[in-house]
Amino acid sequence: MKISSPFHKKIEQQEDVSSELFKASRRDFLKIGGVLAGGLVLGVSFFSCNDKGKKVASLAPNVYLTINADGEVIIVAHRSEMGTGIRTGLPLIIADELGADWSRVRIVQAEGDEKKYGDQNTDGSYSVRMFYKPMREAGAAARYMLIQAAAKEWNVAADECDTENGQVVHKASGKSTPFGDLVAAASALEVPKPEQLKLKDRSQFKMIGHDTPIFDLHDIVTGKAVFGIDADVENTKVAVIKHCPVVGGKIKSFDDAKAKAIPGVLKVIPIKGGDNPPTVHKPLSGVAVIAENTWAAIKGRDALEVEWDLGPNATYDSAKELEELAEKIKHSGTVRRKRGEFSKARSGAKKVIEHTYLAPHLAHATIEPPSALAVIKNSSCEVWACTQNPQGARDAVAEALGMDAAKVRVNVTLLGGGFGRKSKPDFIVEAALLAKESGLPVRVQWTREDDLHHDFHHSLSAQRIVATIDADNKLSGWSHHIAYPSIGSTFDAKVVQPSDGELGLGATDFPYNVPNIQIETYDCVSHMRIGWLRSVRNIPQAFAIQTMLDEVAAARGMDAVANALDLLGEDRNITFNEELINGKYPNYNEDIAVYPWNTSRMKRVIERVAKEAGWGKKMPAGSGLGFAAHRSFLTYVACIVEVNVDSNNRITIPNVHYAIDCGVAVNTDRIRSQFEGGAQFSTSIALKSAITVKNGAVEQNNFDTYQIIRMPESPKQIHVHIIDSEEKPTGVGEPPVPPFTPALCNAIFAATGKRIYKLPVDLTTA
Amino acid sequence: MSKYSIQINGKTHEVDVMEDMPLLWVLRDVLGMKGTKFGCGMAQCGACTVHLDDVAIRSCSVPVSAVGKGKVTTIEGLSENGDHPLQQAWEKHVVPQCGYCQTGQIMNAAALLKRNPKPSEEQIEQAMQGNLCRCGTYNRIKQAIITAAGGSNVILNKADQ
Repeated sequence: MKISSPFHKKIEQQEDVSSELFKASRRDFLKIGGVLAGGLVLGVSFFSCNDKGKKVASLAPNVYLTINADGEVIIVAHRSEMGTGIRTGLPLIIADELGADWSRVRIVQAEGDEKKYGDQNTDGSYSVRMFYKPMREAGAAARYMLIQAAAKEWNVAADECDTENGQVVHKASGKSTPFGDLVAAASALEVPKPEQLKLKDRSQFKMIGHDTPIFDLHDIVTGKAVFGIDADVENTKVAVIKHCPVVGGKIKSFDDAKAKAIPGVLKVIPIKGGDNPPTVHKPLSGVAVIAENTWAAIKGRDALEVEWDLGPNATYDSAKELEELAEKIKHSGTVRRKRGEFSKARSGAKKVIEHTYLAPHLAHATIEPPSALAVIKNSSCEVWACTQNPQGARDAVAEALGMDAAKVRVNVTLLGGGFGRKSKPDFIVEAALLAKESGLPVRVQWTREDDLHHDFHHSLSAQRIVATIDADNKLSGWSHHIAYPSIGSTFDAKVVQPSDGELGLGATDFPYNVPNIQIETYDCVSHMRIGWLRSVRNIPQAFAIQTMLDEVAAARGMDAVANALDLLGEDRNITFNEELINGKYPNYNEDIAVYPWNTSRMKRVIERVAKEAGWGKKMPAGSGLGFAAHRSFLTYVACIVEVNVDSNNRITIPNVHYAIDCGVAVNTDRIRSQFEGGAQFSTSIALKSAITVKNGAVEQNNFDTYQIIRMPESPKQIHVHIIDSEEKPTGVGEPPVPPFTPALCNAIFAATGKRIYKLPVDLTTA
Repeated sequence: MSKYSIQINGKTHEVDVMEDMPLLWVLRDVLGMKGTKFGCGMAQCGACTVHLDDVAIRSCSVPVSAVGKGKVTTIEGLSENGDHPLQQAWEKHVVPQCGYCQTGQIMNAAALLKRNPKPSEEQIEQAMQGNLCRCGTYNRIKQAIITAAGGSNVILNKADQ
């Protein structure tokens, strides 16, 4: 049986899949990687990468790197590629530290296996932050062994040797030997301990800090790249599912006679779901049509007649919800952060500015809708899926099938966009359940309608900020009221308040020097599957805070950049813990002592962006510049957006400037591309997208009603200025998004005099 | 079910399918040509773009029965060795992020350059507006089209560091 998965092209699937593909052993890794005997395999033990954060500490000996006797270097990419470039970014760190010839590097995608590879949940802008050091150590360990082997052969001191371009070199004698020729000798040596390794100095890097094209570039532009939707084994059938329109609803009855009459339809199978809360690893209720091809399955799905018990969320109305939340936050809520006494600041204020900020539900709308293929044979299950989280998918499939996780293998394809959606395994579980029930290899295909209706939506939000300015023209008080259904509600119905983690995405880590701060939250019961979308709560929280700060600047008679620099105050590291009611600022799961909130790094990006964008220059009528700055996922970003608004309220964005400090820059081209794309993603949020819900069901069906920006309305030039930084590297997938929307809204004000309090922007009502 | 004889990338393919089956699913599910992608099913996103007699069409919304004797070109047949000027320009500017929409983008751009070998920036924007990219590669797409058309680097600014 041929498997046309991108990373397993060379394997023939055997009758008993488990016998060949499942053993999590080094031998199997070699097979899967297509590597023949005679290679040097380096098992690198990692030390804790982060013992306080995500589960990375228990890294057993891992296999990331193989050097073949023919000189080919095989590097395992264990994080999912959804467009950030990580399938290139982590391997190039290994290659650079090793001194490899990049043209001889082959990248092999890892299946989901935490014990083997460490954390693979590609989420939270974590990959480079978490794996920069382990990848360097993996490369350095191989370099150490190859040098030892060559030095012994040449009878010279190891510290006189170096590696470059796939060879060990001895400059003094002019000797050099290709890696491949050293494999036999090096593999007889002991793997060095971490303390024996000498990592390269930044000046020695040839790839880190430079541009490297993505590994899959040619396959992508020739249509050969394989995504989840492309996964195929012999005899694959396609399932399309009619899901219950309301979260928590169940099947009452269904009639499949018309569906089964459609040529090509094979089976109709109900899926029991509809839990409330829904969780992320269980499917929604639905009726699946399995057919010979996608078209027959779609037609079969459309012909199904299903009567639903719509359940407890059938009266949910998102417009009404937003109105109710806006009313609720006028009153006092649960205090989450407190500094000084805001009520005193307010009573003594010379000026009080108060506004409510509203933002809608959003959908991820990856252009590749969710899709997964599952094959069950001999009590084992093998999956191919566009998943951000193959380990989570493996566990979820194992649970759904009542199977040991060791019997489940999850192969990761390329992802046609992720943005947080594809970290949830619900669609993969559907494929596994249907494969089991039908006895067929089944690829579940979601349609665009499924995707928009049944996403794990970014939730709507209502916020109110009260800012007070005293007689000395200082910002004396800041009171921020926040309401939205928590992501936690998806897992636990008792969760009705934002978590510390959600508030720590830009709200409770309000860094400005204001003597009186109070942050309050409110109960909000969820009626949806609430998930996380690229930068998560930073989106609404940065929108409200950074547009209010623009008003504060105006009220103080200062420009927005000067206001931000003034409010950040002296250079220092901020810890928020003592003012937080629950005592601890999550800091993106990192120790605040190791990754502090540093005001000088923020000031540096602000000053840089102001300089690059020509902040303060006079703009023609109808045009304006807007500024915002925001730290998220430990990366510091300042943004200036230029807009032009014509007499028909048509908004164009001629220029965007970003200045960023993400620590040591790894692949500068992909850093720029993430910011270019982040600006576009955020333009959709600011100007276009909204999911609305009536009677518990999403009203938008496709891209005609759920709009994302198209080329003519996208920002024309996006300038990305990367600060030369020696700080520890941090992620860039999500940080471009939060400051863009408020910077754009502030620019709209500069151009038109209209303030934006509700997303998406509607200048006819603003 | 009906039998059709369709011309794809210079070869004739005989298929026996439902007459309302969109060309997209004939390509992907029946013929195993998976470079053409599914995104919306109603000609809203352009991921499924192929050529019918050198004109860009959304294959998700064209039934196989409407193809007739027309010549279909897909990404697999755009160039022999993956070296169409647009494919080269796409690589030069490292356009793709996730890559999923890019085959549709390239096919749409190829049809544009066939009818207008030197499009202006505005003409590019108008011609490409039916192709969505959620990752936000629009500026590099525009740049690659200008490069393939023999233009200079005027759009994408590679900022200093």
